[in-house]
Amino acid sequence: MAELKTKERMQIPRHDMPEQEPHQRATNFEEVNLGYSIEIAMEEAERCIRCKNPVCVDGCPVSVKIPEFIKMIADGKFDEAAEILKTDNALPAVCGRVCPQEEQCEAVCVLAKKGKPVAIGYLERFAADWQRKHSNLKHAHVQQKTGKKVAIVGGGPAGLSCAGDLIQMGHDVTVFEALHEIGGVLVYGIPEFRLPKEIVRAEVDALHELGVEFVTNYVIGLTETIEELQARFDAIFIGVGAGLPYFLNVPGEHLNGVYSSNEFLTRVNLMKAYDFPNNVTPIYDLKDKNVAVFGGGNTAMDAVRTSKRMGAKRAMICYRRTEKEMPARVEEIKHAKEEGIEFMLLVAPLELVGDDNGVLRAIKLQQMELGEPDSSGRRRPVPIKDAIEEIPVDAVVIAIGNGSNPIISQTTPELIVNKWGNILVDESNMKTNMKGIFAGGDIVTGGATVILAMGAGRTAAKAIDDYLKNPETW
Amino acid sequence: MNKILEAKFIGPDIKLFKIDAPKIALKQKAGQFIILRIAENGERIPLTIADSHKEEGWITLIVQGIGATTKALNQLEAGDFVRDLVGPLGQASHIENFGTAVSIGGGVGTAIAYPTAKALKAAGNKVISIIGGRSKQHVILENELAATSDEVYPCTDDGSYGFHGFVTQKLQQLLDSGEKIDFVLAIGPIPMMSAVAEVTRPHGIKTVVSLNPVMVDGTGMCGGCRAYVDGKQVFVCVDGPEFDAHQVDFKILQQRNRTYGIQEQAALEAHMCNIDVVYNEELKNKKIAESI
Ligand SMILES: Cc1cc2nc3c(=O)[nH]c(=O)nc-3n(C[C@H](O)[C@H](O)[C@H](O)COP(=O)(O)OP(=O)(O)OC[C@H]3O[C@@H](n4cnc5c(N)ncnc54)[C@H](O)[C@@H]3O)c2cc1C
Ligand code: SF4
Ligand code: FES
Repeated sequence: MAELKTKERMQIPRHDMPEQEPHQRATNFEEVNLGYSIEIAMEEAERCIRCKNPVCVDGCPVSVKIPEFIKMIADGKFDEAAEILKTDNALPAVCGRVCPQEEQCEAVCVLAKKGKPVAIGYLERFAADWQRKHSNLKHAHVQQKTGKKVAIVGGGPAGLSCAGDLIQMGHDVTVFEALHEIGGVLVYGIPEFRLPKEIVRAEVDALHELGVEFVTNYVIGLTETIEELQARFDAIFIGVGAGLPYFLNVPGEHLNGVYSSNEFLTRVNLMKAYDFPNNVTPIYDLKDKNVAVFGGGNTAMDAVRTSKRMGAKRAMICYRRTEKEMPARVEEIKHAKEEGIEFMLLVAPLELVGDDNGVLRAIKLQQMELGEPDSSGRRRPVPIKDAIEEIPVDAVVIAIGNGSNPIISQTTPELIVNKWGNILVDESNMKTNMKGIFAGGDIVTGGATVILAMGAGRTAAKAIDDYLKNPETW
Repeated sequence: MNKILEAKFIGPDIKLFKIDAPKIALKQKAGQFIILRIAENGERIPLTIADSHKEEGWITLIVQGIGATTKALNQLEAGDFVRDLVGPLGQASHIENFGTAVSIGGGVGTAIAYPTAKALKAAGNKVISIIGGRSKQHVILENELAATSDEVYPCTDDGSYGFHGFVTQKLQQLLDSGEKIDFVLAIGPIPMMSAVAEVTRPHGIKTVVSLNPVMVDGTGMCGGCRAYVDGKQVFVCVDGPEFDAHQVDFKILQQRNRTYGIQEQAALEAHMCNIDVVYNEELKNKKIAESI
């Protein structure tokens, strides 16, 4: 194609993501988004006006070279596009699917000012998927072995990205994971219909081929302590995620039918309870039942859409603020609505109500309204007097976030954590107060995003490499 | 994969497994448990570690075949493998020299109490073991407990062996006879543990029970194992499994353990064989892989 002029580029409309029909997808666990075709991807890539000063890059937490990779797609060089992505982002096929682009790169894309931003996320996904499916090239270059050994604690995005970088730097890397599968939230939390497990598995396999060793069913702190790892390894990265679910603190949380989102999603995703009894792990039978999910983030959307797919008649989001404040990705909220999810906004839980056998039968909700702006200018929800509603439900999923899992901190008293149990690090290099021990991801930030966890893993890998070369300067 | 080194029935539907697990054996303390999964399509179930050997690198598990998974597990023999095994999980028992300690095991709970009884003895306690079972064949580990206890009292519901009656009645008898008891450990079915708590409560005897809620990860990540102790929510897998018997809400524990009654029945009836199919398939693959 001949070089387009900026004006011509700006006339191309943004391409929607092809997706499964809502009524169809609400009954299956297959991926909702189908991905761009080659033609659509190349045309979408032509929309990028290749800014001299690409603000999108500043909007990306790991500064992916966005206009460069997009130009490669426009030129039909998909493998090269994926390679550019991989220099900054270890898991582009994952991030292309789960990053909140509308708050990051796409939020600041100059085209967003006049119309719609370049579909950076969809293009990222396209390049990464293309490479996974078509290219047999092995690009990763493993430097000469250094003989240094690094232990990675936790097989989520933080740990995987750290492992990927360190192995290429020539170090021996072993990942220790508590569960029986590698991937962290990517395999136990985020459902198949949003992030197929096959993608995570392909990434893990690739790391394995590069020489990363994976040890599953291994809880650091219990099976082996951090202190013992120190004796066997030259450096350690801790990326154990958040992983301690919060409950609502209202009466009735002990009732049968009440789940944390972690339990609900783990049963369905990791343990495949949707295919019970072919898979032996049970879950509440939700067919034609009513399900209420508390929360407004990605986790809540994942849980509510999962219940719909498990056959729920009414699947409801209960959120105490308005849609504007929902932390979930815009696309997830849109998809949820299309699938018939009900949104109850400005409601707070008062009680989960059970029958005589301790089985959940209803929720009691307090209606809220937005009050006067407070000192920060935010209008806080306040209860409306006597506006209390009881709704019959059979299951409740609580998706209001996670605290930090205490196993590592309890068994490593020397490690400094803050009052919420988050490990304290120097953010420029992710080092903790203990020599040779680094940390990153949700265990440092509290529940955040895949890209931030991955970015932290990368920052740590760089620092660990330097630490291994010049330990005396650390 | 972990290899089963030895497998033998020690009671009706109660099987003892010695499993190769060197890392876990090295770390195991009385009161801790593991989570295992037999096969790729299996569920994760918690089992208390009954014994371990650091040098030889094995642990023992004692399994009563009740649900689909435990029944399938009990079909395995020496030489077979379990797909996943993780541990040791949970807090170790709090062991000190209390003076006179009574260890009460009901049914397969005896296996769970055994390591703690052993540790109590090693800490200098006078240990009295009470082992309950429906009938003679359900009384397990009597010889093992005899070796680490000062007194052992088997009890059977039907009077076919030892004391005729419940373990609580035996405990009451000891108290009535003037035995000065400083500590009680009770592990077994929920009604038994709750009954023991009521026997010791008026005497103010420190009493500990080990809880057995439904679990998934066993690391505090899912909250499915939550129980209520002294009115507060606890996650049994990380905060327990042992708690003060006088503060545990046994009613909620019992109710929560009924969550999957219907599903368990379905799994048991229809698809127990299914685990076997996948399992055998995996084993076959492994054998092929090993032979190449
Ligand atoms: C349902 C859900 C949906 C989400 N959706 C999105 C989204 O759309 N976009 C987005 O950007 N973010 C999303 N997030 C957030 C994102 O998944 C997390 O921020 C990210 O996974 C954090 O990565 P991590 O590597 O720090 O931790 P994790 O992914 O939590 O991985 C930590 C791993 O460490 C293991 N571990 C824990 N303790 C130990 C131990 N002691 N020893 C060994 N291993 C241990 C855990 O089992 C786990 O596998 C979502 C989160 C959830 C729960
Ligand atoms: S800001 Fe938008 S148009 Fe400019 S380089 Fe980035 S993606 Fe392209
Ligand atoms: S089993 Fe999941 S938190 Fe205890």
